[in-house]
Formats: sequence, C-alpha cells, structure tokens
Amino acid sequence: MFDYQFFLEVLIGGLLSGIMYSLVALGFVLIYKTSGVLNFAQGSMLLFAALTFVSLVERGVPFWGAFAATLGVMVLLGVAVERTILRPLVNQPPITLFMATLGLSYVIEGVAQLLWGTQVHGLDLGIEDSPFEVYGVLISQFDLFAAAVAGSLVAAFSLFFRYTRIGLAFRAVADDQYAALAVGLRLPRVWAIVWTAAGVVALVAGLLWGARLGVQFSLSLVVLKALPVLVLGGFDSIAGAIVGGLLIGAIEKLSEVYIGPYFGGGIEGWAAYVVALGFLLIRPAGLFGQKLVERA
Amino acid sequence: MSYLKHLKSAVIASAIAVGFALPAAADEQYFPLQSYRVGPYAAGGTGFFGGFIDYLNLINIRDGGVNGVKLTWSEGETQYEVEKGVEVYERLKNNPGVAAWNPLSVGIAYAMIDRITQDKVPLITVNHGRTDSTDGRVFPYVFPLLLNPYSETSGIVNYIAGKLGGQDKLKGKKIVVLYHGSPYGKETIPIYKLLADKYGFEVQQIEVPHPGNEQQSQWLEIRRAKPDYVVLRGWGVMNPVALKTAQKVGYPVDHIVGNVWSNSEEDVIPAGDAAKGYVAITTQASGEQYPVVQEIVKTVYGAGKGNLEDKKRIGSVYHNLGIVNGILNVEAIRIAQGKFGHRTLTGDEVRWGFEHLQLDAKRVEELGAKGLFHSINVTWKNHEGDGYVTFQQWDGAKWNVVSDWIAPDWALLRPIIEKSAAAYAAEKGIKPRTSEEAPVTTN
Amino acid sequence: MATPVRNTPLVTPERLGVLLLLIVAYGVIPVIGTGYLFDAILTPFLALSLAAVGLNILTGYAGQVSLGSAAFLAVGAFAAFNFNLRVPGLPFVVSIVLAGLTAAAIGIVFGLPSLRLRGFYLAVSTLAAQFFVQWALTKFSWFSNDNPSGVIDAPPLTLAGFAFTGPIGRYLFSLTIVVVITFAVTRLIRSQTGRNFVAVRDHETAARVIGVPVLGTKLVAFGISSFIIGVAGVLWAFAYLRTVETGGFNIDRSFQILFIIIIGGLASLRGAFLGAAFIVVFPLILSRTGAALFGGVFDSGVLEMSQRIGIGALIILFLILEPRGLSALVDRVWDWVRPRRAAALGGATPRSFFIRKLQPKGRT
Repeated sequence: MFDYQFFLEVLIGGLLSGIMYSLVALGFVLIYKTSGVLNFAQGSMLLFAALTFVSLVERGVPFWGAFAATLGVMVLLGVAVERTILRPLVNQPPITLFMATLGLSYVIEGVAQLLWGTQVHGLDLGIEDSPFEVYGVLISQFDLFAAAVAGSLVAAFSLFFRYTRIGLAFRAVADDQYAALAVGLRLPRVWAIVWTAAGVVALVAGLLWGARLGVQFSLSLVVLKALPVLVLGGFDSIAGAIVGGLLIGAIEKLSEVYIGPYFGGGIEGWAAYVVALGFLLIRPAGLFGQKLVERA
Repeated sequence: MSYLKHLKSAVIASAIAVGFALPAAADEQYFPLQSYRVGPYAAGGTGFFGGFIDYLNLINIRDGGVNGVKLTWSEGETQYEVEKGVEVYERLKNNPGVAAWNPLSVGIAYAMIDRITQDKVPLITVNHGRTDSTDGRVFPYVFPLLLNPYSETSGIVNYIAGKLGGQDKLKGKKIVVLYHGSPYGKETIPIYKLLADKYGFEVQQIEVPHPGNEQQSQWLEIRRAKPDYVVLRGWGVMNPVALKTAQKVGYPVDHIVGNVWSNSEEDVIPAGDAAKGYVAITTQASGEQYPVVQEIVKTVYGAGKGNLEDKKRIGSVYHNLGIVNGILNVEAIRIAQGKFGHRTLTGDEVRWGFEHLQLDAKRVEELGAKGLFHSINVTWKNHEGDGYVTFQQWDGAKWNVVSDWIAPDWALLRPIIEKSAAAYAAEKGIKPRTSEEAPVTTN
Repeated sequence: MATPVRNTPLVTPERLGVLLLLIVAYGVIPVIGTGYLFDAILTPFLALSLAAVGLNILTGYAGQVSLGSAAFLAVGAFAAFNFNLRVPGLPFVVSIVLAGLTAAAIGIVFGLPSLRLRGFYLAVSTLAAQFFVQWALTKFSWFSNDNPSGVIDAPPLTLAGFAFTGPIGRYLFSLTIVVVITFAVTRLIRSQTGRNFVAVRDHETAARVIGVPVLGTKLVAFGISSFIIGVAGVLWAFAYLRTVETGGFNIDRSFQILFIIIIGGLASLRGAFLGAAFIVVFPLILSRTGAALFGGVFDSGVLEMSQRIGIGALIILFLILEPRGLSALVDRVWDWVRPRRAAALGGATPRSFFIRKLQPKGRT
C-alpha cells in the first residue's frame, strides 16, 4: 500500500527546498548571462551579506536599518569587484575568470571573518516554523514564506529585464557583447549593476538560508547545492534556474527516500549531480540554456 | 650570639647570591598546539584552545608551574586542515621538552599517529580519535582520554534507559540514529546494533550527507518512523539544521539526544528556539561555578592574561573541555615528575605519566573540578580511562545538567576494541606490549 | 604521418637545467635537508606536482576542465591499499600501477560526458565523480578494511625489495616515481597522442576534419590523467600523510590542484611544479613572516585571516598580470636575461622546458 501522504510530503518539501536552491542559482545566472563568468564567490557573498546583517542586528540596529545598510555594502562590493577584477580580466578565457572568482571568494571570506569574527549566530526572521498540515500532509511555514520571497524576487527581476532600460541593456549585453558595445552601451556600468544585483540576491538568499542553517562559515557551501540546478536549467536562464531548482529539489529528496535505502542512504550529495548529468547527455546545454556556439 | 646570627644571614645571603648568579636554568615543559582559530570550526577551536591555555596560565601564575617547572606553549594555525596540522607538527616537534600533542581533530590526529610513535611523544585525543587506540598494548602513545566513540554510544543508551525507567524498559522501543555521512558518523553503527540486540530495542540509522545543510527528507522519514528517541551524531552545521528541521516536522526536541560533538553552544545557538529542551551528552559540565573555573577567572583573567576574547564564553562546553584537558595533561606531568624528578621530562616519561593518570573523585575535588568532570583511570592497557558522562539540557541561554554521572558499559565494548587493535597490529607488524615498558629518560 | 624534423641540438640549456635539478634533488638535498624540509615541504610538493601534471594533461593539453581530481587521488590511495592488502606477495610497485589503472578506468567512466558536454557544464558534471567517489569510499567499509574509524594506513614503501623508510626514504621514493612519470609524460606530449590532445582542445571540429579521433582522444586524456592522479594519490596518502580518511579528498583539494595548474600555467609541465611549489611554500612564508612581524600584536586568528585575504588577492593579481601562469613569467624573466637567445630562434620564444616548437627546415 503506497503511502501517498508521505510521498506528497517529500515531494512538496523537495519542491520548496528546490526554490531555495533556485534563489542561490539566480545569483549565478545573473552574472553568467551578462558576462560569461561563473562566479564562484556567490557563496562567500551570501555568507558576507548574512554575517553583516546579523552582526548589525546583534549590535542593536533595527531590522530594516540593517537590511538597508547591508544592501549598501553589497552595492559597494559589486562596484569594487567590477572595477578591480572584471575590468583587468576582460578578455581572458572563462576558466581564468572562474579562478579569479575563486580567489575573490577567499578574499571575501577572510574579510567577513576579520570584520565580524568567527562566532556562529542564529538568525531569526520572525517566522515561526511550526508545522501545519493540509489533509495530513505536512508543509513547513518557513519554506512557504521562503518560496514566496524567492518567487517575488524572480518576478521582480523578470519585470525588470523586460520593462526597464537597464533591463534591456542587460539583455543586449547577454545576447551579444560586441553589438551592445557598437550600440553605445557602457559595459562596465552594466557589469557593475549586474554584480550589485547578484549581491542583492546574495543578501536575500543569505538571510533565508541563514535563518534555516544559522549564520556560520559553512553557509557558503550552499553553492554546491545550486550547481546541479545551473547544469540542469542552463547557466544563463532565469526560468531554467527556477524549473531546475524545483526539479533538483524534488528529485533529490525523492531519490534519498525511495532509492537511498538500497544503497544504505546518504545519496543526496551526489544524486542531484548524477541526475543533472544524465539529463545533460540528452540536452547538453540544459533545459533552457543557450546552445554553446562552436568557436569559429 | 650576634656573631652566629650574622653568620647565618651571611650564609643565606651568599646562597641567594649564588642562586641568582647561576644561569636561570628554570626547567620548562612545552606544549605545541595545532590550534584552529579560523575556518569552519573556529568557534569550537577558540573555545577549546582558549580553555587549555587558560589552565596552563593558571598553573604558571598560581603555582609557579608544576613543581617549579614552568609550562610553555606555542600555537600553529591549522584551519582544521590535515596538511597544515602536519606542517605545524614538523615545525614544532624539535622544540625541547615537548610534553604531548593535543590536536582536537580527527584528521590531524590520524596523520600524527605514525610520527609521534616514532618520536615517542604522547598524542592526546580527548573525547575523539581512533577507537582502537584505547588498547594501549598496540597504541602505546595514543590516548583517547575520557571517552571514545563506543563508550559514548553506550553512555547514551544507558541514559535513555534511565529516562524510560530501567534497561529492561528499552525492549520494544525505537531509536533512530541520525549520523553524519563520514567515517566518524558511521563509526558507531555496529555498537548500536550490538546494544539493540542486547536490550531488545529497534535501531534505525539514517545518514545525512556532509555538510548536512539539508535534512528535509531525513526528518520526514523520522516523522514517519515515529521513534521514541533520536540520537544526533552530528558535526558542524548539521547540528543546528537538525534541530531546526526537527521543529519543522514537529518532532519533540526533548527526545533528541546529542552526542559529544553535538553538545556545545555553537551547535544550538544558530537553531534559536528550536533548540530549547535539547539534551546532549558531555564529559564535562558547563558553567563558571566550579572552583577551578572561578580561580581562572580571578587569577588569569584578573591579570589580563585570559585567552578568550569574549568573556561570556567562559564556562562554555568547549572552554571547559579545554580546561579539563589542561587538568589531565598537567596531572600526567605531575604524576610523572613524582617518579622521575621535578625537571623537564622526556616525551616517553610523560607517556608513563599518562599511563598512571588515575584521578579519583577525591583528587578531582582537590583540583577544584568537582562536578566539572567525574574521574579518570588510565592504565597502560586502557588509554581511555573509563570516563563518566553526564547529560545537559539547553534552556535557550545555557546548559543545565539533568542527569547523574553515568558509566558506559566498558566491559561489553572492550573485546571489540581489542579485535580492531589486533587487526591494526597485524597490518603494521606491531607486536602488542605484554607489560609496561620503562620509559626512555634521555632527551 | 611525417616524422618531426630535429633541428635542435641534443644538449640544450633546458636539458642541462633538468639534469642539474635532478643531481641536486638526488644528491645534494638528501644530504643537507632537514626532516622538516622533507616531511612538510618536499614530499607534499612532489605529490601535488604529480597530481598537477596529471590534471594538466586533461585540462591544459586536452582542454577538458575537471573539478573532481581529488576523487581520483582517493581512488588511487584506497586501491593501492586494497591491492597491497588483499593480494599476498604483490610487489608494492605493482600495487601502485594497478591503483593507477583503477583510477584510469573510473576516470574514463566519468569522462564519458565529455563526449557531449563542454566548458562549465563538463566541469560541474565532473563534480559528480567527486561526490560519488567520496560517498562510495566512505559508505562501503570494505574499502578501508572494515576499520571502525574509516582510515587506511600506509603499507611499507618498497621498490625492488628495498624499503624506503624515514623522511629521506619517503622523499626519494616519491621523487623517483615523479621523475619516471614526468619523463613518460614528456614523451607523451611530443607524440601523436599529445598532438591530438592539443588539436581537440584548440578546435574540435577542425580536429575531426583532419582525422583526429576526437572521442577516443578525450577518453584517453581522461584515462591517462586519472592514472597519474591516482598514483599521486598513493604518494599523498602513503609517503606524506601515512594515515588517511576520505575527508581529506574533498572538493577543496580538487580546487587546490586546479589552482596549481592555473597559477603554474596551463599546458606546461614546468608550470605544474612551479604552481605546486607556490601553493605549498607561499602560505607558509606568508604566515611565518606575518607571525614574525606582527605576532606580538595580533592573535593568530587575525593573522590567518589576513593571510587568507592575501592569498586570494595574490591569486587575482597573478591572473591579471600574468594569466598564462608562473611558467610564462619564468620565460619572460629568462628572455629578459638572455635576449640573444630569442633572436637566434627567429623571434620565437621558448614556451617551456618540455615542449619544443617544431620548425621544419627548408620550408617557408
């Protein structure tokens, strides 16, 4: 007798977790889409944002004040990164830029711990996470809230890309950098704004994940959860990040529960990657990603 | 009369003069510290090494060292990484008067075993380390003091039995062990099975892949299985996430029992409210009220030499573990000095000291640690020392002791440990000791 | 296939340099070196260099990015341990070779996606290898001989009946293996297979057009690379650490090796060694000078954090100033020192010790 209730619980839990992964993946997509850089420092940016916020709150700054201040810091970070790293490395192969973001992640992690210390912090967003049941199926309040926030952020970005001049500029740069230059768009400015946007995403993701895990060094490891999402959904597609996140979240949890026992459990860590990999063999650029053009 | 008096003072004066004129060859005993104050486990590291250094400072300031032998130390940052630990070891091992190594890291400890055995310097892995190193016949220089993973398991089961009303009440109950997906996490699976078979309870092991920041499916399974107790064998971020996810699925937190690496403030603070009522095992109680901790506050922090930056952390789980570790190391030196003389000891002599580290309840009280930890009884065959455990409950602000001191079933566990140690001996071609050896006394 | 035309003399400055290096490594260092030098610096340097050589074949020469190299270090170590343990009387060297072959086999399996994937998609999918291997080695205690703590211990290092013990012995053992394999790799790179690698890396379609078996070449690259990394894993586990658990073969290690080849210079054997030296030695220098200069003022945590920031910043600076790595930097310095040499070769500057630019005589 198949336990449908349990199946639904796992499925819904997986979908909601998946949205949290999408949130992290969103930061990657923004940057990759417009500059072709896989920003490994996204995790440390997340940690830095969460740590800054929590440290301000612990020193007595009210919630929205701390939020605004951290937002300002992320903006500064975005501009600084563009100026010091992206500009000098503008024509290098993607692997070099990836390595540069790896170096950047060391710097950000070091600065975060130097500034705010190495203690662990709790982060309370004021949402009580007591379970509530719908027809006996358990759903988490916090996860629903996180899904709502992530959804609105995605909607906001989609609207931004479609209906504002800057959004148009992003899409132009993402489509063809040289053409965008030819039209007169200032690439450095676009990149600075993109990195800032990614910083904002890192802040929101950092707050939500920080509330889930506590704010501590391991927070930056959530990027490893986002990478299969990117692979599945395509590195440069926002829709892909969402759909990919939902799929990965669901598949991860379902496989852990139903397939895991045959292996002794604990397969979550690699199941997502293997699934994404298998999928890629059918569609090598991900669900929604642009097909990579062969170098001429 | 006055002539004799003058003669006496002249003799005393010249004795003092000679004493000052002699080069101050004050004997010193050195502790190299492979500490970690940065990186993912920095919070625990700063607490533990802070406590250890605080205790060493206490002995130096209050007593002038151990029988006049001053304690010295230096730290090398490892960030909890194995190769950095090895580098610090290679760099510091040639300093004179090395007493013992205290890494508080499983990976680093493993990499050191061969090396310290050759150097003949003891390796202290308090509350952790290779379980089979409890057998001192095969591992003469490794000391998993107070608690090895097997004893820990037995202690937890005995506690749960106590809560249920007796070991016979365990029959028919269900316990889920949520373990970290690493060799550390898996280590106790066979022991849980052993105890489950013995007492008649059902045990289910559920793995959380490293690092453990997603436990949704695991806790939904737990919710479905409806166990009476959940044992949390976690590490790092897995601990607060476990507590939060337990709250998410509605599992009562006071039925979660944490193991010795899921028992600190750093594990529960990030979980916020979800951790209130959580119980965890410990070998040393928390709090500042113990005489030795009070003395440290007065003498060491009073003199401005306290190691912890945040004084609110004095008396925390890791800090007190560091203090207890300090007590164990210093007492081993003291006991060894009793046999070999009040001077700088060789590593082998300190090893002898550890193998005679027998602190009963009375001695523990003399040291100002009554209630802080129970006792220890190390012999050349038993390097763990039969440490007792107690359990603490988190109330949102601090840990409160909620149990008496409990003894693990050492007799039950010893045969398995000996078998594993014998396998290691066979692999390496080591002949197990059949008696104590006299230590090497030349440097 | 045309045979390469030899137009460079047998004794070149590069070859003399390598010979000198070998003489120093075998003859001078064991005499003057300290235990610290061997156990904390040279032996890990050798192990990491070998891993970097292996990864360089795959990523530098064949252009397939892999983020899962630590998995193959682990496969090598655990396989050698098991072969040595379970097959009685097997010479240790044979265990190492078999371990390398095991790693190669697994490498080919996880390299299959490269037939369809490119760039970062391939890179991320290699993480599947990383996580799966780590999980498998931890989950099935058979791999660690049912050790309760999941660790494996180093067997005695023997070569032709001669046991290499002690810091100098372990160093010489590692040195010999590294020298042998590196020499084999230099032959490989100059061979047709090596040229196939570069062809596939530079332009896959063109390579296919001129008849290079692209699919086979990629798999061979994965296989050979994993073999070498597997052997490096044996050195890392048995010559250096001597007791290992799976935790040490995590993603940070994979990134470390990738760092080494990028900093050292892609497609440059010399770069693998330079990069490994940098990664091993530089943090030590930084932390020691930091402690010496500021030790009294700041606590070790602050110094460590600053060191981490320093390394990150230096990596970025490096990538900006000399993206082709330390090896190209050395070339630049060499050219500056001996500009006549560059002119003599018709303006072509030597790229590295081990790759000759072939300039056929008599053709325009």
